[in-house]
Amino acid sequence: MLELRRQFLKGGLSAALLTPLLGTGLLTPTRVLAADWNRPAFTARNIGDALKAYGSTNAAESREILINAPEIAENGAKVEIEVTSNIANTRSLAVFADKNPMPLCSSIEFSGSALPYLREQIKLSETTRIRVVAKTAEGKFHVAFREIKVTLGGCGG
Amino acid sequence: MGEQIKIRAQNQGETTDIRILMQHPMETGQRKDDKGQTFPAQFIQTFTVSLNGKVIIDGQLNTSVSKNPLFTFKARGIKSGDKLSVAWTDNTGDKRQDETTVP
Repeated sequence: MLELRRQFLKGGLSAALLTPLLGTGLLTPTRVLAADWNRPAFTARNIGDALKAYGSTNAAESREILINAPEIAENGAKVEIEVTSNIANTRSLAVFADKNPMPLCSSIEFSGSALPYLREQIKLSETTRIRVVAKTAEGKFHVAFREIKVTLGGCGG
Repeated sequence: MGEQIKIRAQNQGETTDIRILMQHPMETGQRKDDKGQTFPAQFIQTFTVSLNGKVIIDGQLNTSVSKNPLFTFKARGIKSGDKLSVAWTDNTGDKRQDETTVP
């Protein structure tokens, strides 16, 4: 009888402690949370640090990542790039602009029926090399490069 | 509360193009006004694209994505009547979510 009462108190106590946490969203039972913004990689101030923070310093160059972008961009505020990865099991594509003040522009993960493809518009501060890093399900990194000449920078506006 | 996200799904045979326009200033934090005052950074940090409630694209962005980000993605096996939803969160905590039904 005493033992039962002990357990009951214990159970009641933990439930009482956890219930308010549910409300705050700290303990959300079934929702899948989007990954946190990768602050170290996005705020890195040069391409070396950005690649290190992103974890892809040992990426192998690949011809299976296709980058479609203008050779010369008149307006650096809006440069459209199109990326397709033909590498099997590509799970994410990250776009870096080597000479931007913060080189990592975007990092996008694909799952389910989504194909490893993206078209987006980015800002380029000056003529720079663009690199796209593809990560596979096996955790391997591949990279492809593309040079874009910029006649008017797109950062200071 | 940001402005409405525009989502278009266009069937291309085996695959479907998903075009997304998120209306957002994407302020870099480096731009200055006439008086030399800096506009504070305001930009979308994370967004997701979900198909019938399941996340298929999970993106993270920096200030260097152009104003009013326009994306095109591709997916397989999207049918008429499927639900596509897009949600973003910016660095100030502002959020927006919109949904469309594939025609």
